[in-house]
Amino acid sequence: MADLVRVKTMMPPGHVRTPAYLRGKTGVVERVLGPFGNPEKLAYMLEADKQPLYRVRFTMREIWGEAAENPEDTLDAEIYAHWLERV
Amino acid sequence: MPHDHHDHHDHLSPSGHPFRDDNDTPLSYWQRMEIAVRELMIEKGHVSPEEIALQIDAMDARNPANGAAVVARAWTDAEFRTRLLEDASEASREMGFDIGPMRLIAVENTADVHNLIVCTLCSCYPRNLLGLPPDWYKTRAYRSRAVIEPRAVLREFGLDLADDVQLRVHDSTADMRYIVLPARPEGTDGMDEAALAALVTRDSMIGTGLPRVP
Repeated sequence: MADLVRVKTMMPPGHVRTPAYLRGKTGVVERVLGPFGNPEKLAYMLEADKQPLYRVRFTMREIWGEAAENPEDTLDAEIYAHWLERV
Repeated sequence: MPHDHHDHHDHLSPSGHPFRDDNDTPLSYWQRMEIAVRELMIEKGHVSPEEIALQIDAMDARNPANGAAVVARAWTDAEFRTRLLEDASEASREMGFDIGPMRLIAVENTADVHNLIVCTLCSCYPRNLLGLPPDWYKTRAYRSRAVIEPRAVLREFGLDLADDVQLRVHDSTADMRYIVLPARPEGTDGMDEAALAALVTRDSMIGTGLPRVP
């Protein structure tokens, strides 16, 4: 996985742990965690694939654009690998 | 239905608080489901009421003092601080805290960086170390504003962050939980670990506050 990643813009229904406000946003991998069971399966007691989990750091500018309170501040979130694509 | 009963809603208790409504509203679907599953598990012998009560006691016994002890150790022991930042779960266990399977990450405040913890999706919180989260942590207002306008939120908590301090917000979206390692306050050089721990507030470990100053 490249250091620079983008969160996929898909909008599947169900128990999804990828916040909508980060979809389509690009950030830098802060650290790699996991693997962890895919919560989108675990929530329904389905056999869950294991996914690496990435802590991705976004700038507030990237997330909120001109509306950012302080563009250089950052937001870190944990995103599962199947939600990320290389940039 | 006649409304001839005395209505408390407009009145205050002798101590000045509004009366709280009795919780005799109908059960929600999930409340009914919880009771049904619990009773079935007891009937079938998988768990006893005593075990459930003990588990509730164990969770209620966890409180911010546990985290404060961890923070104070990190302030006084540089090697422990390094271990805490590498793996906060193991460092907490090393101090004797039973945090179960919780995966904890400690994020450190410095002169240039301030950290703030939120869970925008629900109410993820390092309960197994700090106990239950404050009610405001679970509100939609905090959960949304902490990522949209975190500096405004911090000002409401009495913390006016300087422009040259970088704010890092951490959204607990998945398997990890977070604790802020606040910066050790000035003027605490001679203090021992126990005295230092008394300075560490719950909010300073969420990032909505700073430790007390002696």
